Amino acid sequence: MMDMHAKSMTELIAGLDSGEFTSVALTEALLARIAAHDDTLNAFVTVTGEEALAAAAAADAARASGQGGALNGLPIVHKDIFCTQGVKTSCGSRMLDEFISPYDATVVERLARAGAVVLGKANMDEFAMGSSNETSFYGPVRNPWDLECTPGGSSGGSAAAVAARLVPAATGTDTGGSIRQPAALTGTVGIKPTYGRVSRYGMIAFASSLDQAGVIARTAEDAARVLGVMAGFDERDSTSIDHPVPDYVGGINESIKGLKVGIVRQHFDEGLDPDCGDRVRDAIAVIESLGAEAIEVDLPNIDFSVPTYYVVAPAECSSNLSRFDGVRFGHRAENAEDLLDMYCRSRGEGFGDEVKRRIMTGTYVLSAGYYDAYYLKAQQVRHLIADDFKKAFADVDVIAGPTAPTPAFRIGEKVDDPITMYLNDIYTIGANLAGLPGMSVPCGFVNGLPVGLHLVGHHFEESTLLRFAHQYQQVTDWHTACPEAFQ
Amino acid sequence: MSAGWEVVIGLEVHTQLATRSKIFSGASTAYGAEPNTQACLVDLGYPGVLPVLNEEVVHMAAMFGLAVNATVAPRSVFARKNYFYPDLPKGYQISQYELPIVGRGELFITDAEGNEKRIGITRAHLEEDAGKSIHEGLDQSSGIDLNRAGTPLLEIVSEPDMRSAKEAVAYMRKIHSIVRYLGISDGNMQEGSFRCDANISVRPSGQEALGTRTELKNLNSFRFVEKAINFEIERQIDVIEDGGAVVQETRLYDSDKDETRPMRSKEEANDYRYFPDPDLLPVEISAEYIEAVRLELPELPDAKRQRFIEEYQLKADDAAILTNSRPVADFYEATAGATDAKPQLVANWVVGDLSGALNRDGLDIAESKVSAEALAGLLTRIEDNTISGKIAKQVFEAMWDGEGSADEVIDSKGLKQITDSSAIEAVVDKVIDAHPGQAAEYKAGKDKLIGFFVGQVMKETRGQANPGQVNQILKQKLSD
Repeated sequence: MMDMHAKSMTELIAGLDSGEFTSVALTEALLARIAAHDDTLNAFVTVTGEEALAAAAAADAARASGQGGALNGLPIVHKDIFCTQGVKTSCGSRMLDEFISPYDATVVERLARAGAVVLGKANMDEFAMGSSNETSFYGPVRNPWDLECTPGGSSGGSAAAVAARLVPAATGTDTGGSIRQPAALTGTVGIKPTYGRVSRYGMIAFASSLDQAGVIARTAEDAARVLGVMAGFDERDSTSIDHPVPDYVGGINESIKGLKVGIVRQHFDEGLDPDCGDRVRDAIAVIESLGAEAIEVDLPNIDFSVPTYYVVAPAECSSNLSRFDGVRFGHRAENAEDLLDMYCRSRGEGFGDEVKRRIMTGTYVLSAGYYDAYYLKAQQVRHLIADDFKKAFADVDVIAGPTAPTPAFRIGEKVDDPITMYLNDIYTIGANLAGLPGMSVPCGFVNGLPVGLHLVGHHFEESTLLRFAHQYQQVTDWHTACPEAFQ
Repeated sequence: MSAGWEVVIGLEVHTQLATRSKIFSGASTAYGAEPNTQACLVDLGYPGVLPVLNEEVVHMAAMFGLAVNATVAPRSVFARKNYFYPDLPKGYQISQYELPIVGRGELFITDAEGNEKRIGITRAHLEEDAGKSIHEGLDQSSGIDLNRAGTPLLEIVSEPDMRSAKEAVAYMRKIHSIVRYLGISDGNMQEGSFRCDANISVRPSGQEALGTRTELKNLNSFRFVEKAINFEIERQIDVIEDGGAVVQETRLYDSDKDETRPMRSKEEANDYRYFPDPDLLPVEISAEYIEAVRLELPELPDAKRQRFIEEYQLKADDAAILTNSRPVADFYEATAGATDAKPQLVANWVVGDLSGALNRDGLDIAESKVSAEALAGLLTRIEDNTISGKIAKQVFEAMWDGEGSADEVIDSKGLKQITDSSAIEAVVDKVIDAHPGQAAEYKAGKDKLIGFFVGQVMKETRGQANPGQVNQILKQKLSD
C-alpha cells in the first residue's frame, strides 16, 4: 500500500470511503511527519494537533453515518494570514505573535464546514510581504528540494508543507504572486483565482485591491476540490462577487483540443533563466500536442507591472497596517512615555524591515504633492495593463509562460537587494493588477530544482486553468516527483 | 458688530443619521450604552475584518440631497482619511473625498431684514464617526469607548454665504428642521447627533477678496454657535484693527469662558493621504432609484409653511413656528382637522397655551398631556360659544392636569357659558341697581364705565356669561 502522505486528495477520499484508513489515522500519520520534519523545514508557525484529531474523529463519525462535506476528513493547512478562532494568527509578524483571533475567516469557516481537518498554520513572509519567506518573524522556511534554498513566498510555508508531503493541500494568498511563485519553486500546483472569487473576510489585508486567497496542492484536481469549497459570494466582503461557482472537479476532464494559448514575447526576454525558459517552452509544446494552439499575443504595458505594483501595493499596505498601533491588540511597547512614543516603539518593534520599507514607500506615494505623480499614475497604468489583457483574451483562452524567472534561490542570496527580490514576481503581478486568475503547474527541473508553468485565464475562468493543468498532468509526471528527503 | 466690516461664514454640519446599525457593521447605534458594548470586530478594526455599507445611509443621503435641491451623484466613492489617534481604530476614517454622494444644493433662510436669503450647499458626504477617549476618573491612563465608532454621519458643507452669526444659526436651524422632517436624524444636540464646525473670516466692507479664515470646531448648540461666532468675529476685527493679522487655524470655543482659543497646532499638521478605499465598491445610484426616493419625500418645511399660510390663512410668523418641526405641524393639522374652530384660533392655541405648557413641563410635543383631538374638543366649545376664551384657559389647565376632556371639565366644574338672555338680563339689572352712581355717570357720557359693568356682571356669573351678550344687554339697559 502506498503511504498515506504520498496520496493526493482524490486518492485519500478513495481510501477513506473504502475504509482502508480513517481520518484519525491519516491525521496522526501527518502530524507525525510534521513532528519529524518541521524542525528542518520551519513550514509551521503553529501545529494544532489536538484540534485536528478531534476534527478528524468528527469527520470519521460523519462518514460512518453517510454524511460529511466535500473535504470530509481531509487534512489541510492554513497560511497564518487567515484568522482562526482561538488559535494564534501571527501573519508571520512579531506584531501578532500573541494574537489569538476571536473569529474565523470565511475561508476557514467554509473549509471546516466541508469537513477539512486543519493541521496547523503555515509560516509566511511577514504580512505576506516577501518572495522568499525570509521576512517572517519565525525565520525562513526551507525548500524541501534543497534545504539551502527558499521555497519562495509569501506562501512559502504552505508550499513547502505540500511539497514535503506533510499535507496534501494548503491555503495561500496571492497579492503579486505569493501562491504561484512558491508553488513554482517547490514543484507544487498553485492557483490564485479571480479577484472577488474567494472572500477576503478574515484574511489579514496586505493590499486589498490585489489580495486573493487560493490553494497550493500537488495536483490540479486537488486544487479544484479545495477551491470549489473556498469560492463563492460572501456578504461580509463587499468586493466578493456573486457569480456562480462551477463544478471545478467535474470540468477538468474535458479536452483542451482547439483551445488557444497566448504566448507573451516579454515573458521570454533576458530576465528569464534560459534553462527555465526551455522547460516552459517544452511544456507549451506538450500542451500543443494535446490539441491546443499557441499564438503570440502582445501585452504592450506588461513591463510596467512591477513598478505599478510597487506603488499600489505599498500605498494600500501603509493604510491597512495602520490598525496595528498597540492600542487594542498586537504588540505594545512597554513603558511608553506618551502616545506618540507608544505608537512609534510598538510599530518599530512589532514590524520587520521589509514591512517598514513598504509602509514608508506607501506613505510617500500617497502624500500631498506625490499622490498624482505616483498613486494616481500607477492606477492609470494599472488600467492600461488590464486593458492589454482584455484585448489579448479576445484571441486566446489562456496565456502561458514562466511563473518565476529562476528556480529556487539560496536563502540570504537576495535578501539585501529588494529590487532583485521584487523581480521574482515579474510574470505573476500582471494577473493581480488585472484581477485575473493565475496558476502555476510543475513543468520540469533545472539542476534538481522545480520549474513552474504559469497560466493566466479570463475573469472567472478558473475552470479553464484547472482543465489545462489537469490535462497537462495526465501526460506528465513532474507533479509526482517527491524530494528525496521527504519520500 | 463693528461698522465697516463684512463677515463671511461657512458651516460644516455633522448630522448623525438615524440608522439602527452602524454605517459599515451590524452593531447597534443606540446612545448611552456601557463603553465598548456596541462595538463589534469591524468597529474595533480587528485584523482581517471588512466594512460592508449599510444601504440605509445611501437612502438617507439621497433624501437629503433631493430635499436641498442638490444633485445626488450617480457614482460616489468612499475614501480613507489616514491619521493615528487612539479612538480611531483602523488608523483611518472611511469618508468620501473627491466624489461625495450629494453635490451642489441650496436652501433658504430669513435674514435680519425679514427677506428670504439663499445659502448654497457645496456638498454633503457620508462618513463614519470615531470613538471617544475618556480621561476622567482614570489614574495615569486614558480609556477608549468605541461605541460611537462607525456611527453614520452626513457632513453637510455650505458655501461661505452667511454674513452674521444670526444667519449661521438660521441656516443651521433650517438644516436641523430638514433632517428631522426627513426622519434621517434625531438632531439631538446633547448627544452629539447634530453639531457643526464654522469657518469665519472678516473683510473690510466692499472688499472682494476674502480675509484669512479660522475654523471653530465642534459647536453643539444653536446658542453656542451664535456666541462663538460673535466672539470670533470681534476677535478677528480686534486683531486686524490692532495692526495684526488673523492666523489660519482651528480654534475651540470654551462655553464656560465664552471665548475661542487655538487648538494645538500639531493637530493640524496632518497630511491625511486620502485615497479610494479598496475594500468598498463605488456607490452607484440609478436615476430610477433617485426618482423613487423623490416620490417618498415628505412635504418639507418651506412648502408646508407656504401651504399653512394659503390653506389656513395663518399669519406668516405662526406658520413658520408651526412648521419648524414636523411633529408640531402634524399636531396643528390634526387639531385643525378635528374642529370647526378657526384655523388661526387653533394656531394661537398651539403656539400659545399648548407650547407654554410643554415648555413649562419640559415635554416634547409627542408627550403632550393634551392630545390634538382633546385640544380640538376644547376649541370646538369656544367656537360654539359653550365657553369663552378666558374660561377655555381654565379648562385647558384642568385637561392638562388629567381631569378629563373639555366637555367633562366644563360639566364637572359647571363652566358652561350663560347664553340665556333673560338670565343675563336679570344679573345686569341687579348690577345696575347696585351701582346707581356709576350708572348715572355712564349715562352722562362716561362711556368707558361699560368695562366696569361688564366686569361686575362677569364676576356675578363667575365668568360664565357670554361677554358679547353682556355687552349688548348692558348698553341697552344703561341707555334706557
